[in-house]
Amino acid sequence: MSTLGFCNLSIAYDGMIAVNGFNDILHSGEWLCLIGPNGAGKSSVLRAAAGLVKYSGSVAIDQQEIPATSAKWRARHIAFVPQTPLMPENMSVYEYVLLGRNPYIKHFSSESMHDKQVIDKVLTRLDLTEFRKRMVGTLSGGERQRIVIARALAQEAPVLLLDEPTAALDIGHQQQALELVDDLRRERGLTVVSAMHDLTLAGLYADRLVLMHHGSSVASGDAQSVLRSETLAEFYGVSARVHHEADGTVVVIPQRANSN
Amino acid sequence: MLRADDNFAPRAGTRVAYLSLVSFALLTIAVLVGTMIGPAGPQWWRVPIELANRLPLISANSGVSPEEWNIVWQIRMPRVVLAVLVGAMLSVAGASYQGVFRNPLVDPYLLGVAAGAGLGATLVFTLRRSATENWLIDPLPMAAFVGGLVAVFATYMIGNSFSKARSSATLVLAGIAVTSLTTAIQTFVLQRNNDVVRQVYSWILGRLSSATWGDVRLIMPYVVFSCGVLLMHRRLLDVLRVGDDEATALGMNIRRVRLTVVLAATLGTAAAVAVSGLIGFVGIIVPHTVRLIVGSSYRRVLPMSILCGAIFLVLADIPSRVLADPAETPIGVVTAFFGAPFFLLLLRVRKNQA
Repeated sequence: MSTLGFCNLSIAYDGMIAVNGFNDILHSGEWLCLIGPNGAGKSSVLRAAAGLVKYSGSVAIDQQEIPATSAKWRARHIAFVPQTPLMPENMSVYEYVLLGRNPYIKHFSSESMHDKQVIDKVLTRLDLTEFRKRMVGTLSGGERQRIVIARALAQEAPVLLLDEPTAALDIGHQQQALELVDDLRRERGLTVVSAMHDLTLAGLYADRLVLMHHGSSVASGDAQSVLRSETLAEFYGVSARVHHEADGTVVVIPQRANSN
Repeated sequence: MLRADDNFAPRAGTRVAYLSLVSFALLTIAVLVGTMIGPAGPQWWRVPIELANRLPLISANSGVSPEEWNIVWQIRMPRVVLAVLVGAMLSVAGASYQGVFRNPLVDPYLLGVAAGAGLGATLVFTLRRSATENWLIDPLPMAAFVGGLVAVFATYMIGNSFSKARSSATLVLAGIAVTSLTTAIQTFVLQRNNDVVRQVYSWILGRLSSATWGDVRLIMPYVVFSCGVLLMHRRLLDVLRVGDDEATALGMNIRRVRLTVVLAATLGTAAAVAVSGLIGFVGIIVPHTVRLIVGSSYRRVLPMSILCGAIFLVLADIPSRVLADPAETPIGVVTAFFGAPFFLLLLRVRKNQA
């Protein structure tokens, strides 16, 4: 249960500006989805919050700025699920999920009983108990996604960052993964930030969308207000129809460029 | 040392406690056999009896003369102990390098230790003809040790100055550059001093034949320290298996861990190289064999590499004494002779498993 704030966040790679003065505040338990064209800076914002890139400005949890020097403190508060996690083929699922306890283990010691209890709970919650001895290399794409989420949960961090969580999944597993994240968010009061390309799914699951363009936020709000065909045309250069279902769902339908 | 926790690798399971016991037993047997076999000295079966006789509270008549005992205790024993230390060190350093660079094919000589030590040794050989003959302490291991450390230090400085990123690729490339440069200097020095080529060559091939208790005392502290530091990092090496980014996101200071592991492994390797020359293949074969037996978690791979590396080198030293009796076959030749085909076999097994 924590708020997450970005204050004047800027990131440059070798002088090239990727994120330029990004500001946002998420309330506790909110799911924010970053959308925007390739290179807009969505992943960079997540990677900055996870401590993987140098940035100026600040990222704060419960109004406390994350100290740049303590990777462990950060990892206890922010769990990061990368777009393409590196999966060591010959590691068991149990070992893999156990890595999530690293921020709580002293440098040269090993896992305590408490750490193992946390892992048991996480595995039970995600129905992974029978997988615990399986090698990571033998799992399917959907199963892999679940153990990566399990590892993130093992961090017991109040903030969860997801970079393109559905990129490698089919439509069924996309839904399962996002439903799982939503359930976990409600159970544990997680604050979630995800970067996503699928606008319809983004609108369906997130409380709020932030549209990024050239490293800044250009629109923020619910799906109805952000996903408008003029906005999409302006920032994505796409020709798309936006359809509003009776239940409030916003569906983005791409159009052939020369069909109208 | 190893806990029987069957969650880490199903292939090993509770067998781990059993396996480490078996390894200890094998090591004891290898050490015994190592002291029993050799061109001169007492009949082989008398050695264990005499060893038992030397233990407190046991008295047995082995018929070993004091001169023969001297051969066992002053010539064979330091050699066997040195094989234990060097074998354990090279294996655990190889496994650690493989973990820290996430590359299964790197060996402990990756960052230029071998080439630096070779240059140091070459310089001593060229100077020795005149200046160092009367020195009290043999400067050869010291020069090799310092040469190895300087080369790795150069590699690290160069690698870091070109890339502030967390990439380990620059470091490996810097290692290749430093190795080439050092080898070039060594070749240049050798060209100008043709008469020492033979000595340098035989040093490079690696040998334990001239081992003394002095050598053992020289490298023991480095090997013990280095193995200790590496063993302390075994859990962290497992975290590093998910890559630099994810390890960082999991709260690990990867630069510090990588630097500490590389330094510890290099220190131990340089000490081993200083007294035994370059013994190839140990740092690759042993960790890979261990992985086949206990799975790939570094919590098991590191301690088992120490045990199995010691066993392997003690056993490899035996044919090196008797194959070309009375001459010595360099142990580097023996390890390569057994190691290369074994390595191919290993690749084949791995392919079939995949």
